[in-house]
Amino acid sequence: MDRFLYLTFDGLSRGAVYAAFALALVLIWRAARIVNFAQGAMAVATAYAGYSVADATGSYWLGFLVAVTGGLVLGAVVERVVMRFVDHSSPLNGVVVALGLVLIIQGVLGMIYGDGYRPAPAPFSRDAFEIGGIAILSRYDLFVFAAVGAVVVLLTLLFTRTATGLRMRAAAFAPDVSRLLGVPVGGMLTLGWALAAAVGSLAGMLVLPTELGLHPNAMDLLFVSAFTAAVVGGLDSPVGAVVGGLVVGLLLAYVGGYLGATVAPMAVLVLLVVVLLGRPDGLFARAKARTA
Amino acid sequence: MRRTATVLAALLLAAGCSNGNSTSSGGSGNTPGVTDNSILIGTHQPLTGPAAAGYSEIAPATKAYFDYVNANGGIYGRKITYKIMDDGYNPANTQQVVRQLVLQDKVFAILNGLGTPTHTGVLDFLKTNRVPDLFVASGSRTWNQPGKYPGTFGFNPDYTIEGKILAAYVKQTYAGKKVCFLGQDDDFGRDSLAGVEKVLGTVAAKQTYVVTNPNVGPQMGAFKAAACDVVILASIPGFTALSIGTAAKIGFKPQFVVSNVGSDPSTLTKTLGAAAPLLEGVVAANYLPLDTDESNPWIQLYKKVNSQYNGNAAFDNNVVYGMSVGYLFVQALQGAGKDLTRDKLTAAVQKGGFTGPGLVPTRFSAQDHSGYAGEQITKLTGGKATYLGTPYTTDDADGAVTAYSGAAATPPQNGIPTAQ
Amino acid sequence: MTILQDATKTKDHQKSPPKSTPLLLVIAGAIIVVALTYVLPPFRNYQLATIGAYFCVTAGLTVLTGLNGQLSLGHGALMATGAYTLALWQNKFDLLLPGIALAVLVTTVVGGIIGLAAARLRGPYLAGLTLAVAVVVPSITSTFDKTFNSDQGLSVALDPPPGVIPVEQWQAWLCWAGALLTVLVLAYLVRGRFGRDLRAVRDDETAAKLAGVGVARTQVMAFVVSAACAGLAGALFAVLAQSVSPGAFPLTLSLFLLMAIVIGGLGRLTGALIGAVLLVALPSVAQSIAEDAGSQHLEGNLALTFFGVVLVLVMLAAPGGLAALKFPRRSRRQKG
Repeated sequence: MDRFLYLTFDGLSRGAVYAAFALALVLIWRAARIVNFAQGAMAVATAYAGYSVADATGSYWLGFLVAVTGGLVLGAVVERVVMRFVDHSSPLNGVVVALGLVLIIQGVLGMIYGDGYRPAPAPFSRDAFEIGGIAILSRYDLFVFAAVGAVVVLLTLLFTRTATGLRMRAAAFAPDVSRLLGVPVGGMLTLGWALAAAVGSLAGMLVLPTELGLHPNAMDLLFVSAFTAAVVGGLDSPVGAVVGGLVVGLLLAYVGGYLGATVAPMAVLVLLVVVLLGRPDGLFARAKARTA
Repeated sequence: MRRTATVLAALLLAAGCSNGNSTSSGGSGNTPGVTDNSILIGTHQPLTGPAAAGYSEIAPATKAYFDYVNANGGIYGRKITYKIMDDGYNPANTQQVVRQLVLQDKVFAILNGLGTPTHTGVLDFLKTNRVPDLFVASGSRTWNQPGKYPGTFGFNPDYTIEGKILAAYVKQTYAGKKVCFLGQDDDFGRDSLAGVEKVLGTVAAKQTYVVTNPNVGPQMGAFKAAACDVVILASIPGFTALSIGTAAKIGFKPQFVVSNVGSDPSTLTKTLGAAAPLLEGVVAANYLPLDTDESNPWIQLYKKVNSQYNGNAAFDNNVVYGMSVGYLFVQALQGAGKDLTRDKLTAAVQKGGFTGPGLVPTRFSAQDHSGYAGEQITKLTGGKATYLGTPYTTDDADGAVTAYSGAAATPPQNGIPTAQ
Repeated sequence: MTILQDATKTKDHQKSPPKSTPLLLVIAGAIIVVALTYVLPPFRNYQLATIGAYFCVTAGLTVLTGLNGQLSLGHGALMATGAYTLALWQNKFDLLLPGIALAVLVTTVVGGIIGLAAARLRGPYLAGLTLAVAVVVPSITSTFDKTFNSDQGLSVALDPPPGVIPVEQWQAWLCWAGALLTVLVLAYLVRGRFGRDLRAVRDDETAAKLAGVGVARTQVMAFVVSAACAGLAGALFAVLAQSVSPGAFPLTLSLFLLMAIVIGGLGRLTGALIGAVLLVALPSVAQSIAEDAGSQHLEGNLALTFFGVVLVLVMLAAPGGLAALKFPRRSRRQKG
């Protein structure tokens, strides 16, 4: 029972990060009908920038700020400079270009920083509090929950309570009509990419201290888990992304804990296959968008 | 198709030209890679990839030592060129780069190729081409097969020897405690576990990890559930840090006992960052002078070489290791004599009897191609390792673990070994 | 840059098959390769052999992605399937040719299973699924480590080549025999009804269905065919490296394969050849540049960056790249 509780909290903590990352994927999907396969690499790039600043200044929080702001900028740049010019007649084109970006980002990071693992220290202690003799959550886990929770609340407010959020939804929902009504559709698209990349960077900063450290390939596995989370929830549903993230996190924790760490990636694959073949629109999708 | 063939030929040609700057072989005699004033040798190292942390400093340090020797006149008038190829710890790349070194660059020997999975794949190729394969950077027992691979020699004490020595210390110091074992899921972990169990019998719990999966939470959870008092780690540095960090996270604080290859304090401190105090009291082992031992004449020599020829790189045990490999290779070259051939080089290594930086002797002989014969226990305090007790030697079979009492050698005046 | 021009120029021929028969071209190719193996030094022969092995898989991928419009990031994993099959077989029986045949067979079956799932998926969903397949390889080899020996992998028992031929030359012959056979089979396949069906499904699924083409069946078949090619390539890589390990089939390999066929010019077997040559030549060139520059960090990463830049540029400018093909034009912006 101790172990079950521990694994549950561990899974929720990891799941929160997957949820944030999946949210980033969903944001771009809703805005541009592209699954951003470069999301992981972009998050690593900003994390390198963030930790460089943190190392230079000694302030983790300044680095954190730089990483998230860097995400905003990088997202906007990628949309303005590259993605805007992709021929969108086939969904494959966006995927291939994103994969090209992955190679570029990983190559450039390797050239600048080398390919060794660089330490990515956590801002809070990762020692767990013990409640009744059971180690449950660390201060860092609480920070992760708080950060992801804040992102979800802020995004919800943005999309439901502000004019900008409304414009973004309109631009994604009916670009032609929106343009006629004076919505700057291109600008909204850029904003969507920027927001998504910033959320992705945040997720990256949250997950890195729990892994081996910074490495150009650090997010490859995370991306697969987050993609699975997004698909489980339905690529169109932000709520689904959050739930999907938690589901994937728990699955990985239980499978890793009870069947062995090496089995966990296979469990993700099986979940992905089952969801894609059984309920392809995800558990939370409201409309058909399969072939997109 | 003709155009395609032209493209193909042009590209092959382009690739050929770009590498064509290495035709310096030939010279006196027919020995590849050796001329009257130069020796070309090569290595494969993980300069990139998951094993690069720490290990990528080794080959540059070896090269720095060779540069120091070259600046002092070389060996029998020959200067050593050390060609370092990156294989990213990926066996497929190792095949490619070692073939390039042997077939294209025509190196005289391969020195200190790093990694068990990587180097295993090129043993047959090196044997077929009769290339000396000296001082492999790994403690696998695979290198010690004189009958099958007459040109291959190890460097590290093999992992079984190390496992026995670590276990003997655990048995004596933590008698009656519950001992558990986490090993890398390959020869490294398996050989080490074999050594541990030869001394301690079956351990209370054993787990493995793979380099590609950075989550050791489940393994540490299982150890905690089994109430282990001592955890022996056969892990590379990144996973040593990860295991210690993860254990602390779940409120599990056993005594950690770590294999030499995963215990460099500087690398671990860097990787753990703010959590570095967790390293306090960790037990490990070594067989070379420790980087922090300023009074050791070898360290003084290496520091001098490091500042002059290695761009004053961060001085840690990886640098000590790399320079010690260089020193041993120069000893072998001195032993092979002025008329250098591949057979003479392997004969010189087989003759053995090298005294150098090591705390224990090497085991080289016609029947034994493994490297150093034992290790001494270290303990980490205040971010620094210090030696405990005396060095121990043993074999990889059922022989006893015995204290070694031989005196440590001091380096020659100019830091370059002479023919013995 | 001649490669890019080459791709643009020949783009126009894409729809009309070349007049010369594939058999003649393959025979000519075989003669060129055999001649080359006698003049090239051993290391070049090894590289030539590697090109041949890559050619097998890029040719198959060209059919899948170029002619059928399915994107797979899982072909690295399929190559691993072939390679491990051969390694396990060789270490037991040491009969190379039946071993290679078995490797192709096993990979075909695995490819068929993935293909069945793939036929129901499109675009990013398919890419994501195959991506998950690619990253699961190390997990499988370490979960079943008794069989696959985890990250360390297996060594491959090989008899030395018959007679006095150097190993590298023998490897080049073997790999190119496989490659040319693959190309021959594929060339005849895509010229016939199968090829027409492939293109029909790629261009307009609904129209293809109306014309009586089994869409799902064609897509599964395309996946199976390309999987067989990947299995052959994997087996040949096992022969080349004399060892197999998950590290030899990373996600980057799958990305590189995709890059190779996109740059080579999708949908043409010549493009697959150019891609295979690039896969071997570019890292080699990049490495010597890095060596001249004396920077450790450049090594490997230079090639990676270059591949990425070219991939993005080709996709944006799209000469012979994916966009030059006709894909179904659906209203993508409909609210999903």
